Amino acid sequence: MKILVLLKQTFDTEEEIVLVNGQLNENGVKFVINPYDEYALEEAIAIKEKFGGEVTAVTVGPARAEAALRTALAVGVDKAIIVDDESLFGDEYTISKVLASVAKLDTYDLILGGHMAVDDGAAQVGPRLAEELAIPHISTITNLEIVDGKVKVEKDVEGDTEVIEVAMPVLVTAQQGLNEPRYPTLPGIMKAKKKTIERLTAADLNVNVGEILSKTEVLEQYLPPKKVAGKVLAGELNQQTSELVELLRNEAKVV
Amino acid sequence: MSKNVLVVVERRDGILRNVSFEVLTAAQQMTNGGEVIAVVFGQGNQDEAQQLAQHGADKVYIATNEELNAYSTDAFSQALTEVVQTVKPDVILVGHTAMGRDLAPRVAARLGLGLISDCTGVEVNGEEIVFIRPVYAGKLFQKKKVKEGIIFASIRPNNIVKGEPNAQRTANVIETQVTITDIRTIIKDVVKKTTGKLDLTEAKIIVSGGRGVKSAEGFNQLYELAEVLGAAVGASRAACDAGYCDYAMQVGQTGKVVTPDLYIACGISGAVQHLAGMSNSKIIVAINKDPEAPIFRVADYSIVGDLFEVVPLLIEEFKKVPV
Repeated sequence: MKILVLLKQTFDTEEEIVLVNGQLNENGVKFVINPYDEYALEEAIAIKEKFGGEVTAVTVGPARAEAALRTALAVGVDKAIIVDDESLFGDEYTISKVLASVAKLDTYDLILGGHMAVDDGAAQVGPRLAEELAIPHISTITNLEIVDGKVKVEKDVEGDTEVIEVAMPVLVTAQQGLNEPRYPTLPGIMKAKKKTIERLTAADLNVNVGEILSKTEVLEQYLPPKKVAGKVLAGELNQQTSELVELLRNEAKVV
Repeated sequence: MSKNVLVVVERRDGILRNVSFEVLTAAQQMTNGGEVIAVVFGQGNQDEAQQLAQHGADKVYIATNEELNAYSTDAFSQALTEVVQTVKPDVILVGHTAMGRDLAPRVAARLGLGLISDCTGVEVNGEEIVFIRPVYAGKLFQKKKVKEGIIFASIRPNNIVKGEPNAQRTANVIETQVTITDIRTIIKDVVKKTTGKLDLTEAKIIVSGGRGVKSAEGFNQLYELAEVLGAAVGASRAACDAGYCDYAMQVGQTGKVVTPDLYIACGISGAVQHLAGMSNSKIIVAINKDPEAPIFRVADYSIVGDLFEVVPLLIEEFKKVPV
């Protein structure tokens, strides 16, 4: 079985957001694999361990994103591809076209990705890529089994669960709860250092950059207003609770 | 130039979702003399059409096919694509719900369109429609527009204030059979865990518990407070991991992102991952024994105290003058 995992490198959740001249500051920021993509990665490795096959990880991003691929190689991915070509960076429309051209270089039975990236939070690339490849997709899965060559998943629908069966090839996006991602081991990390990461550009992918330009544009980025320090209530607890109810009714007017 | 705005309407358990009315309100701001066209999938009825009209729809388009009685990506994306090709709207709006997140990007790709997801606000500047969306879990905001083609956006529930219904308004109802051919996924089973509960993403008030609630039984007090307030109950990841409640209730970066009018955090320390899911709530109340808990930094009103003492007092206090 051939499996493709879509990875995005994102800011670590704990990182503070700083704007410099309206642009996001990346200096000194710690980057991680998008947490939802980690579930996808773990699932791909687990499937390979059970059924055999080959796992390829792909990312579209600048050179720093190679670190995400090294981690993927360290936990058991066989091949890694980075599309590091600024002319191919863009919005979800562009990125999914680029990923489709990468996916078409081979034949994959299963494509896994996170259901969204925690930085941009758009949750578009998975379904878009499936459409570009004319294969079905199932989003926000919390369980995956392969039974008689078919994929059987549990899909989270705002708390309810749907059990869905589909033939391969299929693309699925991971929701929290799918699995518990493993950590890379030291031997794994050492081995990963020696593996080659394939680098692709627009020319390699035979993509006409002009035809896949972003359809959307960011006009402005700004920080939310700083939260002013709230009121810490004082006095006996019963006084505090009656004051709180009074404040919620008459000051905040939310009840 | 006038704009025709297509609003994708959604039901949950057979009832029109609140977010659909919010999206209709947003749509009305964009028309500039054009029409708001609501599209309903599956069996439609007069009562629904009337509600949609009262909330701003000029036309109600009912796309019927027996495959549309329950959601599937393949059926709904074929149906929406056909409706878009027939109606030829200038703008398409959908709620950023489980359905919207699944459907909108698929259809956007099929039609070769840009899509701006998870918008919490809209600004109409003459011809230009600008969408506001939080990124980096609400730590940064973007203003974004679609450069060419149909404008397509998904709107986060609970952010656009739904307009008052106008009883005088009526809409043309057009029922049409759509063609659905190939459904590649088969739904084998549906396990309902949320029936009868208020949806967290649409709730106006949320009472939420963390590790400090200590047990599943401890959550009973929170349910009681929620009932008095007509609120939904949420939880931190720690409380879910500890087995006090189902993951369906989890609020946070992984889990649900919520923006209620009032969020009452009980025994939640306020890890970054939790704050990411609720810090954009309009008013935050924190109840925690530990005065150093990070949750107090985002709270509008703080009570430093044991939730097992505070919550019963609050229940009593709210009961004096019912909400």
